[in-house]
Amino acid sequence: MKLKLKRTKRNALGDIALILASALALLLVIGSLAVIVIDVGIHGYERLSWAFLTESPDNGMMGGGIFPAIVGTTAMVFLMTLAGVPIGVATAVYLHEYAAPDSRFAKLVRIAVQNLAGVPSIVFGLFGLGFFIQWVGPGIDRFLLGGARMFGQPGILWASLTMAVLTLPVVIVATEEALSNVPNSVREAAFALGATKFQVVATVVVPQSLAGILTGGILAVSRGAGEVAPLLFTGAAYFLPELPSRFSDQFMHLGYHVYVLSTQSPDVDATQPILYATVLVLLALVFMLNLTAMVARSRMRRHFA
Amino acid sequence: MSRPWLHRATEVAIHVMAGTAIAAVILIFVFVARETLPLFTSSAVQEEVTLSKMWLAQLWPGYDGAEHVWQPVSEIPKYGILPLFVGTLKVTSVAMLVAIPLAVGAALFVSQYASHRLREILKPVVELLAGIPSVVLGFFALIVLASWLQDALDLDSRLSALLAGIALALAVVPIIFTVCEEALGAVPRSYVEASTALGARRWQTILLVVLPSASPGIAAAIALGFGRAIGETMIVLMASGNAAILSGSVLDSTRTLSATIAAELAEVVFGGPHYTVLFFIGSLLFLMTFSVNLVGSIATARLKAKVGGRR
Repeated sequence: MKLKLKRTKRNALGDIALILASALALLLVIGSLAVIVIDVGIHGYERLSWAFLTESPDNGMMGGGIFPAIVGTTAMVFLMTLAGVPIGVATAVYLHEYAAPDSRFAKLVRIAVQNLAGVPSIVFGLFGLGFFIQWVGPGIDRFLLGGARMFGQPGILWASLTMAVLTLPVVIVATEEALSNVPNSVREAAFALGATKFQVVATVVVPQSLAGILTGGILAVSRGAGEVAPLLFTGAAYFLPELPSRFSDQFMHLGYHVYVLSTQSPDVDATQPILYATVLVLLALVFMLNLTAMVARSRMRRHFA
Repeated sequence: MSRPWLHRATEVAIHVMAGTAIAAVILIFVFVARETLPLFTSSAVQEEVTLSKMWLAQLWPGYDGAEHVWQPVSEIPKYGILPLFVGTLKVTSVAMLVAIPLAVGAALFVSQYASHRLREILKPVVELLAGIPSVVLGFFALIVLASWLQDALDLDSRLSALLAGIALALAVVPIIFTVCEEALGAVPRSYVEASTALGARRWQTILLVVLPSASPGIAAAIALGFGRAIGETMIVLMASGNAAILSGSVLDSTRTLSATIAAELAEVVFGGPHYTVLFFIGSLLFLMTFSVNLVGSIATARLKAKVGGRR
């Protein structure tokens, strides 16, 4: 329904002005993303090599590679997923499949998830220090290890658990979206065949939502690889000659390594190529994870559409 | 069917695990607040710092008048918190002033002008910006943007509230954009049709009908972005310069509340006055973001009820 209106100059200008202004805003946003990606890509690529990915830093962080940071990040993210994803999925299943529409508990859980997503990452760091390292850890040391100081200090386990709490909302939101994409007719068909509620959830709904659950896990991993503030006091280390082998060991982390190289280098110019290459590895990793999650999510939407 | 008790047990476990989020929020508050308690109870801590000493200007030896000074590591430790507050305010204001027009404008373009196909490409691209870790944005501000800004504006200080605010805006834009775009897209088609039928042009419809109808959602988007901006740490820690001076200029080196915790906590005595004050700042950050987010989520819930009811 197009109407022919009397065209006045002022009105035509209004249309052009608004479309130009909003397009400019979008261009500036996408442009800054492009500038960052291109700058990091060009400068980072120079120093990138197989050896860079498989060697330890040496020469006071001005030479060598980032192997321990890659291993540390992977180990931390693995523990985080192990702890966080089951809880996140269970929460989403409860909210979407079990909770009554007017359940107060479900309402409280939703409010808590929303607020958890908004807590500043540095406050998660304080929480990890105050709760795990100052309270849970010393308790384990005292009652289970007979007083040896092991868990009452920063380490990879506490960092992973802190990060698991931080990424919990990501997993919950993604899983719930996946569950809501499963059509009700599928559930009704299963009920009609005589399945119990639990059987419907466990054998029909959750398997149908696996792509979405995976998406949540991937997004959480991407967040865990780049987030630094919660690790500052919970276990990330400046430099370690050995890889972490116990839960109480400290670890090196890609994001933290970027921070350390950017701000604490004795010779900025000598560090710069390594710094750029590290940022490139981190950025490539995070983008790959996010793109995978996006593709999985859009496939999933189309699957049920 | 084979083992109903196992099914029942799993269902109970699911129910219990669903409470984790509630427990987490409570535990975060309790354990951050717990480390703050000595500020009110321990006389050893109170000898060095009290609430009034943090908030009111103090007469320090070597200064002419009463001043707000943040110098926790010195002969006479000084915990004037006002410079940090003003710093946070400065950086956050710059970030919001840059981010709001960019994010709302981009959301307007994507929701009102872009074709369906183009929208499906543009939205993920902006979401990709959200995926950039804040430490990378901090790195970019520190290494690249700082030199550009210094050359362009001929600044004395390489790092400043302005630089940190611009970098912070890049982290805030995707948050505002996503919520805004959703709110603009949720405006019922009938509104637009009615406006067009009355003879309004496209831009008049957008500015006078679509934007006002989506305003609760846009407000919620801005609240969420603001919550992220006051708490964001790494960008600010790396790009603001971290000088705890009380100044109104955005061109000066600036220290924020969040960056103070990140920069100082690693080197303090556990349980001491400085440690306690840093946890106090953490509690403040938690309470501030908690209330901002609560307002934001209430606004979103209202919007959903309003728009959903008419469809």
